[in-house]
Amino acid sequence: MATQLRSADVVVVGLGAAGGVAVQPLAEAGLDVVGLEAGTWLDRRDFAPDEIRNNYRSWPMLVKKTEQERPTSRATSAQTANRIGSHPMMNAVGGTALHYWAQSWRLNPWDFQVVSRTTQRYGASRIPAGSTVEDWPFGYDELEPYYDRVEHEIGVSGQAGNIRGEIDGRGNRFEGPRKRGYPMPALRWTAFNERMADVARGLAWHPFPGPAAINSTAYQGRPGCGYHGFCNKGGCPVDAKNSPHLTTIPRAVDTGNLRVVTRAHVTTIEVDANGRATGVNYLIGNNEYFQPAKVVLIASYTYENTRLLLLSKSPAYPNGLSNNHGQVGRHYLSHHQGAGVGALLPYDTGAWYGLPAQGVAVDDFADDNFDHSGLEFIGGGNLWAMSDRRPISAANMSTYGRSRGWGSEWKRFIRENGDRTHSFYIQKTTLPYEANYLDLDPQVTDPLGFPVIRITGQYQENERAIATFTQDKAVEWYRELGATEITRGGVGGSMGASTHAYGGTRMGDDPETNVVDRWGFSHEAPNVGVLGASVMGTSGARNPTLTAQALSWRTAQHLVDAWSDIAD
Amino acid sequence: MADPTPNRTPISRRDLLKSAGAAGAAALIPGGVTAEPAVVPAERAAVVPTGPLMNLTAQETEILGAMVDRLIPSDDMGPGALEAGAVRFIDRALSEAESDSVDTYRTGIAALDRYSRYSRGAPFVELSERDKDSVLIDVQLGAATGAEVGFVGSSGSFFNMVKSHTWQGTFGDPMYGGNINFIGWDILGYPGVRMRVSDEDQRDMEAGQLPPARRSAYEYGQFQMTGGEE
Repeated sequence: MATQLRSADVVVVGLGAAGGVAVQPLAEAGLDVVGLEAGTWLDRRDFAPDEIRNNYRSWPMLVKKTEQERPTSRATSAQTANRIGSHPMMNAVGGTALHYWAQSWRLNPWDFQVVSRTTQRYGASRIPAGSTVEDWPFGYDELEPYYDRVEHEIGVSGQAGNIRGEIDGRGNRFEGPRKRGYPMPALRWTAFNERMADVARGLAWHPFPGPAAINSTAYQGRPGCGYHGFCNKGGCPVDAKNSPHLTTIPRAVDTGNLRVVTRAHVTTIEVDANGRATGVNYLIGNNEYFQPAKVVLIASYTYENTRLLLLSKSPAYPNGLSNNHGQVGRHYLSHHQGAGVGALLPYDTGAWYGLPAQGVAVDDFADDNFDHSGLEFIGGGNLWAMSDRRPISAANMSTYGRSRGWGSEWKRFIRENGDRTHSFYIQKTTLPYEANYLDLDPQVTDPLGFPVIRITGQYQENERAIATFTQDKAVEWYRELGATEITRGGVGGSMGASTHAYGGTRMGDDPETNVVDRWGFSHEAPNVGVLGASVMGTSGARNPTLTAQALSWRTAQHLVDAWSDIAD
Repeated sequence: MADPTPNRTPISRRDLLKSAGAAGAAALIPGGVTAEPAVVPAERAAVVPTGPLMNLTAQETEILGAMVDRLIPSDDMGPGALEAGAVRFIDRALSEAESDSVDTYRTGIAALDRYSRYSRGAPFVELSERDKDSVLIDVQLGAATGAEVGFVGSSGSFFNMVKSHTWQGTFGDPMYGGNINFIGWDILGYPGVRMRVSDEDQRDMEAGQLPPARRSAYEYGQFQMTGGEE
């Protein structure tokens, strides 16, 4: 029998990048908030720069809820899905923001209006066949104040490219107008970064440093980045990576209005006969609890948000909470981040103390920043030339057919070339399609016996055409840099699980095609809100976290402003 | 700064091979380390592996040692995986993160030796370097087949597993028992774990002037290995 707890105003399921941000405006407004987190608190003592532990063993997931619930995956509905090897996300207070790359981009204004802007410029026939893409229910300007707020609350470093319409060539000239610059300058560049930028300028491109939720200077009482080189899947030992566990969550706790419950494994959301949520059921070990609340905010990852709704069946919602229109799990997409390009250079790059968020971006071929008239696709890709090297991964570098990969000849090769590889990270516009979706796997369950999520998805013509197009640009860049070897990855097939997973609970005005409304609240169960990239209907060509956080802040602020309408 | 090529080990390579991970070598390798205080700070004693082998037998470690010695050999460029302690790293990993692989190692090492006798007429450790390499190429390519050889699945997957762990044990943090004397990091030219790399450090590194740090992450005194216990 579940223990009935004292009722709260709001229960937030998951205190990661999204939920961990939302708790601050809620708690500061005086609402009584309970944050249920499956993981535990971790701190900088846990964040050793240790490649074996961070990148080869299973740290940092002390609590393995995501691992136990890892989805199955298949390319098309004609296939049987297989379990993925490991879950891309972790459980902890702060979530995967503890060890993520922390690239903190705003989406481009075009990403909010893919359908209308494409139709206007090229005609409606250019929307790819089979795509379910819609314009967002609002444009970039609506989200700008929340981007600005989150950039300053958590701390984002970067170089502005457009302040109130004033273009600054040091930043991204293609970004939407912002009301002010970043609170910190961009992370430093290495000599190789400078060289790459010079070469890009020579190609008449517009290189700039990317934004990161990493302190470039002291900020809010925490120091600037130490550039220790283990940032990729590593927590920060000097607290310069601005996870919510260092920023918004402690601020919410300090108000006295947020109670954080760790190791809380939420199983289902309860609803009454009218279809309103009454609270959530959770487990700590074998102990069952019921947390009543006036409002439930679901803020786990895309797979788990979708799964929690689908598992919460009731007479009011026989196919899962908020799924009477059959939209939960639809409009799913894994960001197309593959199809990379790598190179071997004839000189050292000085990347040992780099990090994935340090580098050179080129946005000339992203979104609709170039004319697509004679092209076969819409959208594009952001070229990101990062600095990231660690010793074991360096020793595992490709030998480009110059060595069998071991023995004395390999040792000579690696001694010469250990710091001479480079690879581009190219994030591409990825659209939702009718054929790509999430549902519950009919066979595979977690240890509690509940079905796991099944991913059905593959990249379509549009994504593959962008891959080829942007790879060509990366190859051009490498040739100008004097690369002696250049390799291109495949242009993309099955989507699989991703650190950038969107959709499943899409946001939009039409309840026939969307799960949540323009504020992030369910069209069907009005006191249930959803936080995270699962509400996003397009990916853009850049990392989703800052957008998910800006949306979270906006949903939380709306809840505060419209409290009596939503809660009563 | 310290001599970056700690190649002057007081024990012979023959002895090291003979006792790649056997109890005797445990005493010998740290002995070599403490003989060079300029290379190894005093607190490093805490991270050098000691004590008996935990999982593999003396014979298994000898064969495995001969294999890792060919994967990253000791040569005119300096010491390799054997001297870096990759075998001890693997033995220890088999009690920890790789505990599911104990049988795979045991079976694979026996099959490697059987394949060597069967195809080259002698135990693996007794083959010439050239023959060892040709056997390992067969194993890598999945060509060491035959029921009498006894690889479970493809010999290539055994090879890839050993290679992966040998790389971890040569190029990973020395806390895990490998990368003794920072042999692996010296091969790569990696200047070591630092908690803060200043603009000047970065410029020095770009100029090839940054001295290696030569410390385990855990020698910075800030970190716990368990992580996240409440």
